[in-house]
Amino acid sequence: MSRRWALTGAVALLLAAAGPAAAQGPIKIGEINSFSGIAAPFTGPYRQAVEMVVDEINARGGVLGRKLQVIFRDDKGQPAEAVKHAQELVAGEKVVLIAGTFLSNVGLAVSDWARQNRVLFVAAEPLTEALTWAKGHDYVFRVRPNTYQQGVMLAEKAAKMKYQRWATIGPNYEYGKRAWETFRDRLRQLRPDVQVVGEHWPTLGKLEPGPFVSAILNQNPEALYVSLFGSDWLAFVREANKRGLFQKMFVVGILLGEPEYIEPLKTEAPEGMLVTGYPWYDIDIPAHRDWVARYQKRFDRHPMLGSLVGYITYLSVAEALRKAGSTETDKLVAAFRGLRVETPIGPIAFRAVDGQSTMGAWVGFTKIDPKRGVGIMVNHEYIPGDRVLPSEEEVRKMRAGG
Amino acid sequence: MAASFLLIQLLSGLAHAMVLFLIASGLSLIFGVTRIVNFAHGSFYMLAAYLAYSLAGWLPLGPAAFYVGVLLAALAVGALGALVEVALLRRVYRAPELYQLLLTFALVLVVADVVRFVWGTENKTGPAAPGLEGSVPIAGQLFPTYDLALVLLGPAVAGGLWWLFHRTRWGILIRAATQDREMVAVLGVDQRRLFTSVFFLGSALAGLAGALQLPRQALTNVMDAAVITEAFVVVVVGGMGSVPGALLAAVVIGVLDAFGVLVFPRASLVMMFAIMAVVLVVRPWGLLGRPEAQPRGAGGPVVAESAVTLPRPVVLAAAAALVLGPPLLPVFHVWVLVEILAFALFAASLHLLMGTGGLVSFGHAATFGLGAYGAALLVQRAGAPMELAFLAAPLVAAAGAALIGWFCVRLTSIYFAMLTLAFAQIAYAIAHQWYDVTGGDNGLLGIWPAPWLAAPLRYYYLALAAAGAGVALLALIGRAPFGLVLRAARDHARRAEAAGIHVRRHQWIAFVVAGFFGGLAGAIFVFLKGSVFPTYLAVPMSIEPLVMVLLGGVHAFAGAPLGAAVFKLLDTVVTQYTDAWQLVLGTVLILLVLVFPRGLLGILAARRAG
Repeated sequence: MSRRWALTGAVALLLAAAGPAAAQGPIKIGEINSFSGIAAPFTGPYRQAVEMVVDEINARGGVLGRKLQVIFRDDKGQPAEAVKHAQELVAGEKVVLIAGTFLSNVGLAVSDWARQNRVLFVAAEPLTEALTWAKGHDYVFRVRPNTYQQGVMLAEKAAKMKYQRWATIGPNYEYGKRAWETFRDRLRQLRPDVQVVGEHWPTLGKLEPGPFVSAILNQNPEALYVSLFGSDWLAFVREANKRGLFQKMFVVGILLGEPEYIEPLKTEAPEGMLVTGYPWYDIDIPAHRDWVARYQKRFDRHPMLGSLVGYITYLSVAEALRKAGSTETDKLVAAFRGLRVETPIGPIAFRAVDGQSTMGAWVGFTKIDPKRGVGIMVNHEYIPGDRVLPSEEEVRKMRAGG
Repeated sequence: MAASFLLIQLLSGLAHAMVLFLIASGLSLIFGVTRIVNFAHGSFYMLAAYLAYSLAGWLPLGPAAFYVGVLLAALAVGALGALVEVALLRRVYRAPELYQLLLTFALVLVVADVVRFVWGTENKTGPAAPGLEGSVPIAGQLFPTYDLALVLLGPAVAGGLWWLFHRTRWGILIRAATQDREMVAVLGVDQRRLFTSVFFLGSALAGLAGALQLPRQALTNVMDAAVITEAFVVVVVGGMGSVPGALLAAVVIGVLDAFGVLVFPRASLVMMFAIMAVVLVVRPWGLLGRPEAQPRGAGGPVVAESAVTLPRPVVLAAAAALVLGPPLLPVFHVWVLVEILAFALFAASLHLLMGTGGLVSFGHAATFGLGAYGAALLVQRAGAPMELAFLAAPLVAAAGAALIGWFCVRLTSIYFAMLTLAFAQIAYAIAHQWYDVTGGDNGLLGIWPAPWLAAPLRYYYLALAAAGAGVALLALIGRAPFGLVLRAARDHARRAEAAGIHVRRHQWIAFVVAGFFGGLAGAIFVFLKGSVFPTYLAVPMSIEPLVMVLLGGVHAFAGAPLGAAVFKLLDTVVTQYTDAWQLVLGTVLILLVLVFPRGLLGILAARRAG
């Protein structure tokens, strides 16, 4: 009897010792993104980069002695679907945090669910400012520079130009509205003489360009601010090219220098636009050149902005896990505050006050690259995200108001 | 505004109108003759665009490659349409005709994934049309040559169709079948060949429209969804089955849209649906359509036989499982069950209209969304406690349904369906646009259950109580004298009226009751998800309960909750395990329709009939 108990005790002890080892399975991370639906054109490169960075981290031994494992879920572009996945990933798969999302409304839905359930959410690509400000909370962090930051970057450049009469066209969608308002307000601060002669808000994903192009031409602005994207932007350019719009006015386009938006136009891409974007072919940082080479070698295609964001998102997650020394949510949240991450484009940090990263964007002008037969950015400048962020005081006010 | 500008704007509107006309004429033909609500029409349009893109790049014909590619793509898609008719739709012609809608919905899913895998998700731009690349000066402004060619092509196609319908025997038969299909059959015309040929022509027209977009628009994986509702709107505004009507409606919509955006910059979101609502209220059979000789449900009579009910032990066992099971389940399964409960109630509320009343609604999302927004707004803007908001939400939805229903029950068949769709789209536009109140497309956040109800099991039992009571009440209503009156009105409105029944009033009450329970479903859903967005009011949210009711079996009230459970479970499981969820889900749905051509519970009806 006693021998048997002793044996049982020994086994129990062994099991207890093996306990942590048994928990040494991979650290699971839940990735929710729009792999089908309206945002699907932009999430493929993001996913590739996530797979790449996780493989690289695991090849170096993983994090906290454990491998990383990413579980992908398709939100189909619908907020309610994304929340269902978040519930399943946390309750069923026991992921330590949720990352990803592209569309703003999907990001907001997951963020609010994360706040309610005290789960860490690292938003990769949604652009709405509300995510970290008016609707911000302790459990959400965001990688990509938001609409406000990119609008301000462009306004500060545009203010130095001679143009007074402005018009805009953007999707009838919160992103389009805020992209214009932040740009316009900053421009007016710097240039009180600016007038707005026209605003155009076609339905997202259904732009019939003809009537809008002729209406803009009829208003005859000196400059046009564009926040269209995806298929709307492509259709608009084709019509505008045929009607000579780009010869008649200066055009500023938020995000439109990103390869996602300029490359499908091939040589139809308009030249001389002021844009924010990602000139991956022309960034003079050794770590970045090396990253592009690794990416091209692995996937036989060049990176998009989504690739860069995916890569940085999971670098940040790994760094936070290391800093926290734990997979517990509260420790991870504390680790993310002020977290510094070495990325292929240099160091970034997640601000403690709002969880917004200081990743920036490139501002420059478009030109056709005859060799590759696509539009590229020239005369560009990297603007770090923190240079165009509101002060911590203002951010606190916005967060309290929300 | 200068006259030259107005002329250019008019031409821009007309170019848009011609593309709309091409798609809509095909859809109108198919619907007019076969009464099939063909959701896959937009998929054929998309498929042809991608096919033409590949053909134009691949054919070694120089400048002619584009034009040959466009024609070949249109013909190929036409052939595919005929194949679908022969291989799939023909198998279910004997089922209530709405089941073909379920098949076409499944096809939409399958084609979407085929396009995604063959051509990839990234946006593409096709080549310019050789010879029509540039623009021509018109009244001092530049106008794209290609758009001008489209403006000329539209009437040419319309003329060709007119010739076909008025000068060929086939066309005359088609017109006759549109008027009165049974009579044509009685006269000994082979309907099968007629249907196949109509599918070929209709699909080829959709394909032509899609292929012709190559030089103008970008190719995307979602261009099917973007175009299909618009095509239906044009068909209905023009008058079902009327090609000249489709042309007129396309021109009206295209031109009003072109000028509307000058006056109301955000108008294009809702312009088309507002026009449709006005036309349907004033002239219910469309601009050039004719009042139907025998009013029928959208897609024909929904229910031919009497209703079937589940055996009592089965119902009791299901209820017991729902009450006793969840504590044994993992948390995530409990959340999925709550979602199923919400949709079971949502589908059951639609069944009252569709099954019992024969009123097929394409806009039931309005009630779901009104309930969800009602609850959210009460919590967020009025500071109401969650419990009160939960109870009040169905009242908000019922009030909305009373308003919408008052207009809709004046119509029958597809016109009723399309007017409900118009109102749902108007509600969507309001939720989308009224930023100060609804938060626009960023929605309303933080709509969570009260703390004492927040634990998964507690919220589950609240949802079970609400959905269970709702489904039980709906079942009772269906069997009560009120439900029998609805059935009488469905099966023979004139006789019902002759018997002294106020048909419209009863249908209106049914609309309000369905709205009430749809709203309750929305309330269950919104506190499950914690947020509400305009997508809750969008078209897919109206299609889902329709698919569930059909899948379960429209003959049996229990079919609606059963269909909801099967559809949601399939969707959840498939999405979890594969990226190709549309392909798998679509294929499973096609198989289910072929095996159970009257829905899952249709087996019971067949057995009883036998």
